[in-house]
Amino acid sequence: MADTPHPTRISMPATAKRGDIIDIKTLIQHEMETGYRRDANGRVIPRDIVAHFEVRYLDEIIFAADTFAGVSANPYFAFSTIVGDSGPVTFTWTDLAGRKTVETRTLTVT
Amino acid sequence: MVGLVFAASQAVGLCSLAAQTNLPSRPAIAKPGNVYQSPATQAQQADDGANPAMLWVGQGEKLWSSTDAGDGKSCAGCHGDAVASMKGVATRYPQIDAKSGALLNLEGRINQCRTDRQHATPYAYESAPLLSLTAYITLQSRGMPRDVKIDGAAAAQFEAGRSFFVTRQGQLNLACTQCHDQSVGQKLRGDTISQGQSGGWPAYRFEWQTMGSLHRRLRACSLGVRAEQLPFGSPEYVALELYLAWRSQDLPLDAPGVRR
Repeated sequence: MADTPHPTRISMPATAKRGDIIDIKTLIQHEMETGYRRDANGRVIPRDIVAHFEVRYLDEIIFAADTFAGVSANPYFAFSTIVGDSGPVTFTWTDLAGRKTVETRTLTVT
Repeated sequence: MVGLVFAASQAVGLCSLAAQTNLPSRPAIAKPGNVYQSPATQAQQADDGANPAMLWVGQGEKLWSSTDAGDGKSCAGCHGDAVASMKGVATRYPQIDAKSGALLNLEGRINQCRTDRQHATPYAYESAPLLSLTAYITLQSRGMPRDVKIDGAAAAQFEAGRSFFVTRQGQLNLACTQCHDQSVGQKLRGDTISQGQSGGWPAYRFEWQTMGSLHRRLRACSLGVRAEQLPFGSPEYVALELYLAWRSQDLPLDAPGVRR
């Protein structure tokens, strides 16, 4: 599959009012290779999964998840958060080898 | 040879007349493939933020302006902004290529562009870049009805596709029409049998854990009736694709779809 960083899609409003509850949806293109499958020659295909996903808003964790081999390919996370101040929202997907895919969006409070 | 070609085109012309006066039947009320999916899957297709196929669309958008191809020409270099130039293009495929006379689907046209115009190696069928570009181009026709030509030079191909659809095949000795016309709405293992409408493809299929082309879906159908799985992009499947496109021409294109 694609090298790190992996292609991602993030869906969230660019602006919101203080105190609003906003929905954030994320996708990452990742094979989530389980490590249980074998190739045509019978060799185990090494496990390659997103192991940890973390979202920070103004440097504070607002969502985090540990993911394992049972999670399907191209993991989709959707959650909501309460709007405080304007600032960056940072999305970090970390795989087993510690390689990171990082995306940042700015939320502007109106 | 010229005489033969002429005679053949005359015969095709006659066929097309016959085809126009006595067209094969279509479902009375056309329903897109996603209405046979669960409500959750339908919701995932309807929401671009949740539809995993949009990851491939995003890659296709990048490839559109990538100059990595053979002589450094990008798709955008000739076609400009795809949002304007590719609008409605996918509705007209498969179509007869004026130069070679062959029936080309969108994948075939993309690869023709790559070899003839960009002087690059064609993408392998079902490769991520080809799926991504196909999905990106098809998305520009979202909501538009099909507009394929089935007369003239395409008449023979249309007839080949129709014939494929109604001919029994495989160890189970089933024709496409027996499921997708005669048994629509009934259960086949865990699935509800759809009308076999093709407007949602390429689509993300959970069973595959990835994006797949219409031909991958057709190969799954061939396997299901224990018939020979034809190669990706084979003339038989492209002809069938033309028939399916005509058959779903009342429906707006809703690719990229999400399927179980």
